Amino acid sequence: MSDLAKNLHTEHMVINMGPSHPVTHGTVKFLVTLDGETIVDFDVEIGYLHRGFEKMCENSTWEQVFPYTDRLNYLSPIINNVGYALAVEKLIGIDTPERCKYVRVIVSELSRLADHLTNVAASGLELGAFTAFLYFVEARDLIWDLLESVCGARLTSNYVRIGGLKNDLPDGFKEQTKEVFKRCRELWIDVDKLLTKNRIFIDRLKDVGIMPPDEAIAWGFTGPCLRASGVPYDVRKAQPYLVYDQIDFEIPIGEKGDNFDRYLVRMEEINQSMRIVEQALDKLPDGPINVDMPEYRWQSKDDIYTKIESLIFHFKTVTGGIRVPPGEVYFPVEGANGEVGFYLVSDGSGKPYKCRVRPPCFPLTAAMPRMVKGALIADIVPTFDMIHMIGGECDR
Amino acid sequence: MESITLKKLKERFPDSIMETHSFRGDDTAIVKKEDIFKICEFLRDDNELLYNFMMDLTAVDYYGKESRFEVVYHLYSLKYNMRIRIKVPVPESDCTIDSIIPIWICADWFEREAYDLYGIIFKGHPNLKRILLYEEFEGHPLRKDYPVRGRQPLIGPKN
Repeated sequence: MSDLAKNLHTEHMVINMGPSHPVTHGTVKFLVTLDGETIVDFDVEIGYLHRGFEKMCENSTWEQVFPYTDRLNYLSPIINNVGYALAVEKLIGIDTPERCKYVRVIVSELSRLADHLTNVAASGLELGAFTAFLYFVEARDLIWDLLESVCGARLTSNYVRIGGLKNDLPDGFKEQTKEVFKRCRELWIDVDKLLTKNRIFIDRLKDVGIMPPDEAIAWGFTGPCLRASGVPYDVRKAQPYLVYDQIDFEIPIGEKGDNFDRYLVRMEEINQSMRIVEQALDKLPDGPINVDMPEYRWQSKDDIYTKIESLIFHFKTVTGGIRVPPGEVYFPVEGANGEVGFYLVSDGSGKPYKCRVRPPCFPLTAAMPRMVKGALIADIVPTFDMIHMIGGECDR
Repeated sequence: MESITLKKLKERFPDSIMETHSFRGDDTAIVKKEDIFKICEFLRDDNELLYNFMMDLTAVDYYGKESRFEVVYHLYSLKYNMRIRIKVPVPESDCTIDSIIPIWICADWFEREAYDLYGIIFKGHPNLKRILLYEEFEGHPLRKDYPVRGRQPLIGPKN
């Protein structure tokens, strides 16, 4: 028998996973070389959703970029809106009114909630926990209903504007949010019971895809994946923007940096995001939501119809776009996946000379080979789930 | 008030730093491309700087300028909570720059992307091929002289 095993002819097998595979939500292709069930080599091919984000931005006015940013991380579009708006405002030198900042925090955190809920739900689904998926998708739908009442769209929100917002929060938003969060917390507890101590779930996630802190930093990890490795870096704490420094929240960190830690970090961040929204709603000050700078932000329709200056500026900004002074800035915000940074270059014309976004899941996806080499083929699924690659953001 | 990073860079590499500025609070150093590897290594390893994150790497095409391209690095220091932008002019006639993968491994894909979209060659990159576009794509779409509505047939992989 031993002779037979020794002389048995074996060779590596190459498998294509994707680009259209149930696990590769977002189209991505893995080229997996297998020795039995063990992964010997792993190659990621991205770019299936590349649509030339930067080229499009360079040929749009500054305002027209917003719909494109929606389609970067399409699970949390408002965070991208906010990041881009803040970058342009930094370039111009605008400080938005207090109420606008609070509303931006509220909608950002709602987006983050939707993103994390989707992530945990989809991961559960792919590992066989269909009930958890249904529960969290219900919660996500409630959050989307809230966002719909704010900006009229569930997915492609296009809500934030340079120097302000499209519109104010609707009446009764606070009470509505309270009710939604009550239900979300119930669902959170249910999913927590279903997954966190579930033997099958733990076995699939624990000690898989481990990333030690120093390596996570070298690979450019940010967001929940970096914090799961035990590095407490969060842009909201490190370099607070908007009003995050006036809000009390914690950033959970993991111990080992395996997939289970990433799951736990996301679960806790769901709670923290709800806390942030509630505090921001309590503190929400009255006042305008737009800056009083007609050359950058339209004034109200009343003004436009009655005052000649407002009318002129409205005409100029609508037809020619706003004029941003020459210069360059980089502005990072904490996206749902990590640091979303906008690097803008302006040459003083009405269009961005360069509009670059730092996609947080791009370096995360790049580290996939590092995390799964030597593991089993079944470990690709949870690792890729917890990386949470979003095609729209990774491929731009 | 000049930030510590710019001060130290000027002290250590007086000949390589061409210009510095802090527009809107973003510290920026424009450096010569021959010294980019040395400078990055210094920024990562110096005890008072420790720029351990390579946050972003991209390029800009200043079409019509003397040195056409600029490779832009955004670094972040976790310990000191500082950021810096390093810009390196790259002329079109010699469109190459040293790869910084040995310093920050995550530069791998970012450099491939800059090569893909701008055609900048990163010397020493182990696997410099297109990443977002397909291999048979002709030209580099983010160059300013590439037409906005330029269309190319999608060709299957060469076998």
